[in-house]
Amino acid sequence: MKSWFRVLYVLLIALGAAVAAIGMGAIVLAILGKDPLAVYTVILTEPLRDMFGLTEIAVRMTPLILVALGIAISFRSGILNIGAEGQIQMGVIAAAATAIFLPGLPKGLAMPLSLLAGTVAGALWAGIAGWLRARLKVSELLSTVMLNYIAAQLYGFLLRGPMIDPAELQVGSGTPQSVRLPRGAWIDRIIPGTRLHYGLVIALVAAVLVYILLWRTRWGYEMRAAGAEPKAARYGGIAVESCLIGAMVLAGAFAGLAGAVEVTGVHRRAIEGISSGYGFSGIVVALFGGLHPAGIVPSAFFFGLLLIGADMTQRIMTVPANMVLVLQGAVILSIISAKVLIADKYLFERFARSLSRRVAKRETGEHAT
Amino acid sequence: MDERTIPKVEMRGISKSFPGVLANDCVDLVLYRGEVLALLGENGAGKSTLMNILCGLYRPDAGEIYIDGRLAAIQSPRDAQKLGIGMVHQNFKLVDSMTVLENIILGLDTESFVPDWNKVRARLMDLSARYHLKVDPDASIWQLSVGEQQRVEILKLLYRNAEILILDEPTAVLTPQESRELSRVVHAMRAEGKSAIFITHKMEEVTEFSDRVMVLRKGKVVAETSTRNTSPRELATLMVGREILFQIEKQPRQPGEVVLELDHVSALNDRGLPALKDVCLSLHAGEVLGIAGVAGNGQRELAEVVTGLRKATSGTLRIAGKDMTNASPLQIIRQGVAHIPQDRASVGAVGDLSVASNLAMKQYRSKPLAAGIFLLPRRIMDMARRLIDAFRIATPSPQTQVKFLSGGNIQKTILAREIGAVKTVMVAVYPSRGLDVGATETVRRQLVAQRDNGLGVLFFSEDLEELLQVSDRIAVLFEGRIMDVFPAEGADMEHIGMLMAGMSGKESA
Repeated sequence: MKSWFRVLYVLLIALGAAVAAIGMGAIVLAILGKDPLAVYTVILTEPLRDMFGLTEIAVRMTPLILVALGIAISFRSGILNIGAEGQIQMGVIAAAATAIFLPGLPKGLAMPLSLLAGTVAGALWAGIAGWLRARLKVSELLSTVMLNYIAAQLYGFLLRGPMIDPAELQVGSGTPQSVRLPRGAWIDRIIPGTRLHYGLVIALVAAVLVYILLWRTRWGYEMRAAGAEPKAARYGGIAVESCLIGAMVLAGAFAGLAGAVEVTGVHRRAIEGISSGYGFSGIVVALFGGLHPAGIVPSAFFFGLLLIGADMTQRIMTVPANMVLVLQGAVILSIISAKVLIADKYLFERFARSLSRRVAKRETGEHAT
Repeated sequence: MDERTIPKVEMRGISKSFPGVLANDCVDLVLYRGEVLALLGENGAGKSTLMNILCGLYRPDAGEIYIDGRLAAIQSPRDAQKLGIGMVHQNFKLVDSMTVLENIILGLDTESFVPDWNKVRARLMDLSARYHLKVDPDASIWQLSVGEQQRVEILKLLYRNAEILILDEPTAVLTPQESRELSRVVHAMRAEGKSAIFITHKMEEVTEFSDRVMVLRKGKVVAETSTRNTSPRELATLMVGREILFQIEKQPRQPGEVVLELDHVSALNDRGLPALKDVCLSLHAGEVLGIAGVAGNGQRELAEVVTGLRKATSGTLRIAGKDMTNASPLQIIRQGVAHIPQDRASVGAVGDLSVASNLAMKQYRSKPLAAGIFLLPRRIMDMARRLIDAFRIATPSPQTQVKFLSGGNIQKTILAREIGAVKTVMVAVYPSRGLDVGATETVRRQLVAQRDNGLGVLFFSEDLEELLQVSDRIAVLFEGRIMDVFPAEGADMEHIGMLMAGMSGKESA
């Protein structure tokens, strides 16, 4: 009896949260003087109309999935990684540098090596924050955010200095970007003529591996226990500090891989703004996906759709594409509020009571007639 | 005259069900002015549910509540407060970073936006003196001991003019001294005409605190009588529904080799002050060594040093002959040392993980629960189902998160896991704290069974009777020192009490 009350309760709250998120976005749109309904229709349907939209969604999904998987590992292990943005940039630099400085390698070697370099760079960059937290109790929120700034400066410096395309200096406009990567380092396109590349496959395989890691291995068990109750984990013989460092390194590795995949799969040269906020959007994707790979993949599709949709509304309806940031914020607020309400057993109690009273009333009413 | 005939509180035909459980089944409860009613029952008998209904946290499926003879519609804790009902929960509802004064008026809408602190302070000091509730009004909550925090909770209710006080297992967290002080407070409140309901499952407390006693079993009232007309044995039988053996059958001990040895061990507490001073102890296989002492005299630190959770600053720790001084918790677990920790909710179990995951916590590293780095979920579930059956852990499923279990069932989960993991030494810290009579009996039996199986048991308890009954030898801990070690058989309670208070045997003689 009570179990379907519970299901109904959770569904109603989830529905309420969705309405709230859409409502918040609608208010902002109304202030901008746009018709919310029309804008939402464009955002949610326009990208799905043709191959271009669909493949572009998949292109956005790839880094979002990879970053979100790392975020899920770190959040579940009790260490919050806000530094994916910087870790992506380090991944891009390392992957690009590896590809550029080893030009003669065959494809079977160059591409995996580049991806590996990016992964390791992201892992090391995040490892700094993990180490600081585990050994010196430095808040990872502060250290990861600070490392983002350092990474951004380093990235800017390298693209303007040591790694700038020599052609840009001689004949070009001095645009801060590297030379084009040698073909051997490219990830191939799945559908020629679109930007959809095999990185998506890497991301989907990674999702399966992360699921296995977290729920089917001893390490995953240890990380989840350490994240949920560090004192109890320590009592159980788990080396909590190693879990923190390990989780952070893995989170950085996935962000670094996302950067490496992005540079070898999409742009094929290191350019400015290549991370384009994936490091932060990845957090939203991970939370929206319930910090679980099976939720993260659809969640990444949804936010990929929002990103493309927002670009399209900018063109079609002159709504700023930054509108997508408003929507992301609204979604986070709604998810967190909904989680609090779902966990509130007294509120549920009230709901169940009033519902059962209403059901009872209708039944007696029916009997009377 | 009305005051004697019209009850202060009358609950009539209260029923309340949760998914799968009928927590209260047509319960009637009467409480008169100036009376203390003990509410007795096993874990999960429905005591807390009934009281949560009275104080407005739950609403009954059926039944009515009358206060001073008038039908009361208690829709929320605020309604209950207006009717003079207040409850001290097991987990205190205080804001740690605020002072006592600030906590006292927290949530009171009778205070003005800018509270008149002098008035609040004067009123608080008056209440504090009248009811023997000594507390520093300007101390922050986090600075207070558990006993002091409880006093603040009681003062909070008295400040709100509560006439009906509900105390949910108030002594579970108190030292014996603090319990005695609490009993004075309760008697003072009764003298002032206030009524109290006292939830407990300790028999002695029923006699010490209450005028009348009501026993619940499986949501039903099975007995209601004046405290004078009953005996602890009778109450225990009513509560569990069968005869309880207060005496445990014990074979004569056959001590083997030394399995645990502490040689001049010292350690610091969390604040960096010396907590263990030059402790020398040895525990033999096939022996229960009881550690007596008032809580806070180094028990926690002793257990943590033995299990690798705390570093020793000097001295040597040997387990089964091997030097394990300052070894990691994992190394010590691998030596077959099990640990039932003092703090179950945050140390003994991971609330967010499932019952099965928690049961696997000490054995997930190797066969049969794991193959290499991979866990074997089906094996873990089988193991969990077996232990849930064997230890009668009340849980909807092995996948339920531990945080949804009652305190007693969390303790059973820990017990089941640790008994499965023990190979040399069992360190049990207050293992029966907060458990009902039936479960307590199980715990004691299990400890003795471990001993009979040839393990060493290091047993911490505040209950002297329990300690004497279960242990073979007793060591008394006072301010981090071992005062004396002697056989439990023939030990004199008076003498132990003196040692616990820091007086050595010779001075007392």
